[in-house]
Amino acid sequence: MSHYYFLPHQRIDDMLNQLQGDGYKCVAPRHHESEINYDTITKSADLPWGFHDEQAPGHYKVNKSDHKHAFGFVLPTTSVKPMLFKAKENIWKVARNDEGKLAFEPIVEFEKIAVFGVRPCDLRGIEIQDRVFMENSYNDVRYVKRRENQFLIAMNCTKSHSNCFCVALGDAPQADKGFDLAMTEIEGDGFVVEIGSDKGRALLDALDLEAASGGQAQKALAKIAYAVDGQKKTLPPIKEVETKLMANLEHPQWDDVASRCLSCGSCTQVCPTCFCHTERDEPNVLGTETHHTREWDSCFSIDHSYTHGDTYREDPKYRYRQWLTHKFSTWRDQFRTKGCVGCGRCVTWCPVKIDVVDEINAICK
Amino acid sequence: MLYTDDAYTPYEAEIVEFIKEHHDIFTIRLKFTDPELDSKYFFRPGQFNMIYLYGIGEVAISIVNDRNHQQGRFEHTIQVVGRITKGMMKLQTGDKVGIRGPFGTSWPMNEAKGKDVIIVTGGLGNAPLVAATEEVLKNRNQYGKLRVLHGIRSSDLLIYDDMYTRWNNSPETKVYMATSNADPVDNGKWTWGKGYVTNFIPELSVDYANSIVMTVGPEPMMIGVAKAFIAAGVKPENVYVSIERSMKCAIGHCGHCQLGSQFICKDGAVYPYPACEHLLRVKGL
Repeated sequence: MSHYYFLPHQRIDDMLNQLQGDGYKCVAPRHHESEINYDTITKSADLPWGFHDEQAPGHYKVNKSDHKHAFGFVLPTTSVKPMLFKAKENIWKVARNDEGKLAFEPIVEFEKIAVFGVRPCDLRGIEIQDRVFMENSYNDVRYVKRRENQFLIAMNCTKSHSNCFCVALGDAPQADKGFDLAMTEIEGDGFVVEIGSDKGRALLDALDLEAASGGQAQKALAKIAYAVDGQKKTLPPIKEVETKLMANLEHPQWDDVASRCLSCGSCTQVCPTCFCHTERDEPNVLGTETHHTREWDSCFSIDHSYTHGDTYREDPKYRYRQWLTHKFSTWRDQFRTKGCVGCGRCVTWCPVKIDVVDEINAICK
Repeated sequence: MLYTDDAYTPYEAEIVEFIKEHHDIFTIRLKFTDPELDSKYFFRPGQFNMIYLYGIGEVAISIVNDRNHQQGRFEHTIQVVGRITKGMMKLQTGDKVGIRGPFGTSWPMNEAKGKDVIIVTGGLGNAPLVAATEEVLKNRNQYGKLRVLHGIRSSDLLIYDDMYTRWNNSPETKVYMATSNADPVDNGKWTWGKGYVTNFIPELSVDYANSIVMTVGPEPMMIGVAKAFIAAGVKPENVYVSIERSMKCAIGHCGHCQLGSQFICKDGAVYPYPACEHLLRVKGL
């Protein structure tokens, strides 16, 4: 079992110090008033010790307990996406002089960020977005730089919330690739650690951690198995879903869900894989400089399909259908992967409790 | 596309000529201000650029090509539809804009060799097919007969009249023009036909089994054109259309131009009809 190491809770600070010494800003799930979301941390005490989250359709609540764990909650409200593909940012600027000459300059901002505690679903979300912004016909240099400067410490799940459905998609609440280190927390004790890259190995070498005992490693696997068992949602095999959705574009369920959907776009804003954005200019008042911004957009917005005087998806039914068929079908054609990781955020944050799994099952049955 | 570090940032280009075509349609002829970029810039018929207007934003517009065959210049014909194009109407010679491009697929100029070529356009759909038409005329002996069919709502909306006359006087080439408006407001000057472009099918005297059709217009028109020419004997795979959707990035990142599995910006805009027929058929896709 020598490929498992053990990081006692008391040594989290050593790891954070080492990362900070290497120039990384450490980011981890953190408790803020009524939610747990990603934020900068500097020490172990900043982690959400003892906190739990309750998630159900249209429901999210954080509770505190006496448990001695930092990752007793299931999923932060936000994914890692905003660290790589920002909700809004200036992507270039252009200066205009008195003669009207335009000087364009790309804006590429990035920093070294170590994310301490990325759930396996969010790790897969990164892998999916890599295909959009980094492994595509054209890359986004900002995204590429941020990815190159990212250190990812995955945190395997030790329980699931009621909206989780990664297992139904054929995945597991265990990180299988795309991490520098992957950890599983054992309550009151520490983390069983697995190495996923040279960068990860270098960090563990610097910390000189001991190998995990067979018992600790077994306990970690049992915790993950518990998280798997905690998921109750089921879906047909993903290939079947992909085919059936596109074969049922006129299914009455689209009208049914459209009668409930508010087209608010919450689901797209919390989604780890949604990449739609719009661009606009923000000129200064002097008319000498403009910042060109890129900002998240949503296929639920009526403007999204506006073209040359026509709105192709004016009916909310067509917007919901675009979102669902894209995530669960056409994404495969575009990026050779599925577009959903089963994190369940779209279900948790839907104000009218629409559960995407129920909708898919209604159409594919 | 020309880019080094960042596919999102435009390059400066200068308006060398502004041509007013109609009350809300204009053509801008451009060159890059960086001579090196200007000499490298290359595009194929049917591709498009993103044109940036200072302080307003970018818009995707097809490249018309240079009607006077001047090297190192490219043209865009633009109709005022929204905020950005309205602002562009005020551009003048010497003004600077930003350009990113070229993007997208192009017309099947190689596949068309040895075939009769039928260009069918509606409204401002003629702009994206000027370059393809000129390409045939420049390499006249490599192609069969050339037929250019153009439909407009009324005769006063015609642009490029001189060009159509020149084309009509070119070897093995004939232009057919129709207005769907029964009474064109032309005081008798309208020398072209009336009705719809598909009405010309019986009189084109081409070999439909060995013809290629390239069409741009509103989607219902393109579908109608495709069906009519296929019925006349053109092989479905020899019918090409160009699809229009909103584009913010043109590089397959912004998601706006999706039509089913397609990103129109990079998988299109030019498609063989059989590759997109099923997508065009579904309302709201």
